[in-house]
Amino acid sequence: MTDISLNPLDRPRPWLAGASVILASGLYVWALIVAEETWQVLGLLLLALVAVVIGLKTGLSRRVQQDWAQSEPRLNRLAFATLIVLILALSQAHFALLMVTTVLLYFVAAMGLNIQFGFAGMVNFAGAAFFGAGAYTAAVLGTIDAFPPLLTLVAGGLVALLLGIPLLVPIVRTTGHYAAVVTIAFGVLFRTFLEVNEILGGPQGLMVAPMRLFGWDFNNSPTIGGFEMSFYANYALFAAVLAALVFVLMRRLERSWIGLHMDAVRLDETAAACFGISVKRTKITAFLMGNLILGVSGALYGMMISFIAPASFTFSDSLLLVSIVLLGGMGSPWGAAVAATIVVLLPEKLQLLQEYRFLLFSILVMLVLLFRPDGLLPRQLRNFFATRRAVK
Amino acid sequence: MDFGLIAQYLANGILLGTMYALVAVGFTLFFGVLDVVKFSHGDVLMLGTFIGFTAWLGLEAIGVTNPWIQLLGILLCSLGATALIGAAIAKWLVLPLKKAPQLNTLLITLMLGTAIREVVRLFYPNGSNPKAFPALLPNSAIEIGNFSLRADSVILVLAGLGLIGLLNLVINRTRLGLAIRAVAQDEETARIMGINYTLVVLATFALGSGVAAFAGIMNGLYYNEINFGMGLILGLIGFSAAIVGGLGNLYGAILGGFLFAGLQTVGAALLPFASAYKDVFAFAVVIALMAWKPTGLIPERSSDRV
Repeated sequence: MTDISLNPLDRPRPWLAGASVILASGLYVWALIVAEETWQVLGLLLLALVAVVIGLKTGLSRRVQQDWAQSEPRLNRLAFATLIVLILALSQAHFALLMVTTVLLYFVAAMGLNIQFGFAGMVNFAGAAFFGAGAYTAAVLGTIDAFPPLLTLVAGGLVALLLGIPLLVPIVRTTGHYAAVVTIAFGVLFRTFLEVNEILGGPQGLMVAPMRLFGWDFNNSPTIGGFEMSFYANYALFAAVLAALVFVLMRRLERSWIGLHMDAVRLDETAAACFGISVKRTKITAFLMGNLILGVSGALYGMMISFIAPASFTFSDSLLLVSIVLLGGMGSPWGAAVAATIVVLLPEKLQLLQEYRFLLFSILVMLVLLFRPDGLLPRQLRNFFATRRAVK
Repeated sequence: MDFGLIAQYLANGILLGTMYALVAVGFTLFFGVLDVVKFSHGDVLMLGTFIGFTAWLGLEAIGVTNPWIQLLGILLCSLGATALIGAAIAKWLVLPLKKAPQLNTLLITLMLGTAIREVVRLFYPNGSNPKAFPALLPNSAIEIGNFSLRADSVILVLAGLGLIGLLNLVINRTRLGLAIRAVAQDEETARIMGINYTLVVLATFALGSGVAAFAGIMNGLYYNEINFGMGLILGLIGFSAAIVGGLGNLYGAILGGFLFAGLQTVGAALLPFASAYKDVFAFAVVIALMAWKPTGLIPERSSDRV
């Protein structure tokens, strides 16, 4: 994880396996979203299981991994394009797009948490509180007509960041369980505060004004070439762009000195301090940056669902975010994407199991922790020389 | 504010403090022997209370109506079963993750807590609704001015404090307690001295869980209502109390429990404009205390290994 990996392999078409996996997953997610009947969904799940087992047995997974190491930028662009095509393919269906957007925003939020958990090794059990801070900011600023909604997103992030500032002293001074209690206490405090506070709507919550961009209201249905799309398509496309931006940011962060410092602090604070890394500054950066991302995603989420209440930002929701991070693998953005898809999509598709979804999740996470403690897609080695080619 | 009201707040605070201390003691015991936080503690407590409730239903069904015998039956079933559950959790979920990062243990027990909560909500008959816990203790009250001291709360507080005292004796005066303290101090040395490590860990988890079940029964007897979510907030408060007091220290947990109850009571009494803010106040003070004393009021004696 902290080593430099050299990958001088020279294989023909070092992107084919990766590209086919991306396209196959895109198709798979489309099929899963479109599937209506329970037996179809269960069949698809079985298919995924079989595919994963085959991939592991035939060594395909290793090829995919190598492809990623060698031509990551190209594959990332392809993944983004696939996502856009997926959204356009679903552009008529309200509910499907709502799900896609929710997955994307949870993915963004999980990336924010990943900076804290996965990079700097800081626990944050108040993820939903910072997410909610963004959503409430969007609600309050939405009442001001002149306020540009694009800035609302930024403001949502900034408010989440500012809310984190009073926590900095206890968070930086404490470690482990002691830090956990600080964030848990904050999460409970935040939720209780919202519930008893009359100005912010109390337990009933608030309406949130929709997103507007250059005079274009996101609650209008876009029409392209005579095709009318669901208004959720706006949000889905916007969330896709946001997710891509945050993804790039996270990758860049990982490759930067800041990311290296965070890894060093996570692995051994004392050793990191001995090498002249400011543990305090690194932790503060990670905490604030994570909260900023959480806040931004929360603000967009609030605008999309257009109605928020304290009940959506409870301790259980924080746990849901943490389980996305853990399920995917700490510090692994692709893992977070897969886990967010599983966590959001599965309970929606298995209406039969809707009642049991929290039970199923908790058992799923427990099994992952017991048998695959690194997560579904563990974080890979830092690859500083991705584009390196063997000289002929 | 008159005397009666203050006394009422005080009595209530002491009862809450005893309850919180009983929960916090469990956290601190587990942390002592295994350096882990078992977050499902609150939900194990809830499960114990429901087992006690089921035992009461069973006793009613077979025609035992004497409240004291009922109480004894409830306590025996609940404490015994919860102790077993605690030991089982330690054996199959906590010990296998001993080598994993602390966060994993924290999460697996958090998830276990959610699972227990959901199981009770979904599979206990009509589990999603609150249940009326029987009032088995005499409900006479002594009136002093406008302050009424309920007999049941006196009995509950005395029993709770008695249990804490008993636990203290067990830890400090028995061979089991000696073994627990030895394991807490240094696992490897304790093993070399011939202490059965696994057994001691299981016994500690059984002990802590049983004590928590007692707190749950106490909660049920006092409020005469139990529900599937009661463990979450009690567990959170117990955890905060144990942390604020300082993990791994029995007195720290007791101090933390009473401190938290005190904060809530003060919050309710002194914030007349909105007593709804009492939890906000209590948790804010907890955060401030953590900033001031990062390892709790009675810190564990430890040094960083470099």
